[in-house]
Amino acid sequence: MIIKVLGSGCMNCKTLEQRTVDALKNLNIDAAIEKVTDYQQIATYGVMRTPGLVVDNKVIVQGRMPTVEQIQELLTSHAA
Amino acid sequence: MRKKVIVITILFAVWIALYNNLERLTDLLVYSLIQLDKEAPLTSAIHFFIYEVPKVLLLLTLIVFIVGIIRSYFSPERTRKMLGGKKHFAGNVMASTLGIVTPFCSCSAIPLFLGFVESGVPLGVTFSFLIAAPMINEVALVLLFGLFGWKTALLYMSTGLLIAIISGYIIGRLKLERFVEDWVYTIKAGTTEIAEEQLTVSDRINAGIEAVKEIVAKVWIYILIGIAVGAGVHGYVPENFMASLMGKSAWWSVPVSVLIGIPMYSNAAGIIPVVQVLLEKGASLGTVLAFMMSVIGLSLPEIIILKKVLKLPLIFAFVGIVGSGIIIVGYIFNILY
Repeated sequence: MIIKVLGSGCMNCKTLEQRTVDALKNLNIDAAIEKVTDYQQIATYGVMRTPGLVVDNKVIVQGRMPTVEQIQELLTSHAA
Repeated sequence: MRKKVIVITILFAVWIALYNNLERLTDLLVYSLIQLDKEAPLTSAIHFFIYEVPKVLLLLTLIVFIVGIIRSYFSPERTRKMLGGKKHFAGNVMASTLGIVTPFCSCSAIPLFLGFVESGVPLGVTFSFLIAAPMINEVALVLLFGLFGWKTALLYMSTGLLIAIISGYIIGRLKLERFVEDWVYTIKAGTTEIAEEQLTVSDRINAGIEAVKEIVAKVWIYILIGIAVGAGVHGYVPENFMASLMGKSAWWSVPVSVLIGIPMYSNAAGIIPVVQVLLEKGASLGTVLAFMMSVIGLSLPEIIILKKVLKLPLIFAFVGIVGSGIIIVGYIFNILY
């Protein structure tokens, strides 16, 4: 599982990253999180609202701040 | 779902009852319960504070909730689709109007700009959106409505729209595309799949509740401080204190207010209580409106962020055109009122 957090480094992006780390820990998934801060790269994902969360090249969150539980749900449903 | 509707209906009834009786309750509390001297300036300040804070918070909660629901129908993706292929004037009008209802956060200005331009939305139309979105928002409108009445709120909204439409139109006509950083036009949004969210009515109500939590949590402190300052000034600073500086007779006050406003950055909640104080103490409406638009609509941090995708001539054109528009609006209001 490749996980990317998209955002230029604003407060929201850091919070999302932290919550994703927590969610992965709760789910016992060992996956690396990559931060994408370059606007050019963010745009190539078609994301227009930060923060964004990309799992295996699929954008699962954009422009909102999901809770740790919601991220866990999204990750499990993605894996299924 | 049914439970949610019932709870919201009850809350709304409580809201109406509270809002309609606020003045009576304040009078009761200040004059009868605490028994403050009706003539003292301190009483007038306390009364102002106790009345205005719940009033503005009540209005804010209701409007943010409704706007939160409306916004769940508009995503930037959908807005972009609606704007694609739109030409000049009609596109500018539409982009400015959509700027009011499309969810927008200034930290997303660049990805949004890239997303629009990359998918073929004309530059001028994109700018109309980027000017309207931060300047005209529900918090600004609620505060203007709550503190000055619906006429001022409507005035602010319509002139803000006008500035966004005309500025975007001019930028489009000037053909400034060459001043966008070259890499912007080479981006090809990848084949990344974006999960389309299907929202139910229940989800939309939740979106409204989320919006209330988020926005009220963010701005309540500004409103409290702003109204407290307003209350203090209300009771103590002499009337017409600001008249010589920001009054109608001081013709230079409009451009100076705009120039001062550009490097300043504040959200609507922070600036409007200040605006109220200025107005009450003799500043003229046009000057104050221009100041407010400049603070909210043009800001140094935003300009610095835009530098990543725009070359300097285009940034100067953007600031110059929007700034002139705001100055003209300021003068028009000073003449009309």
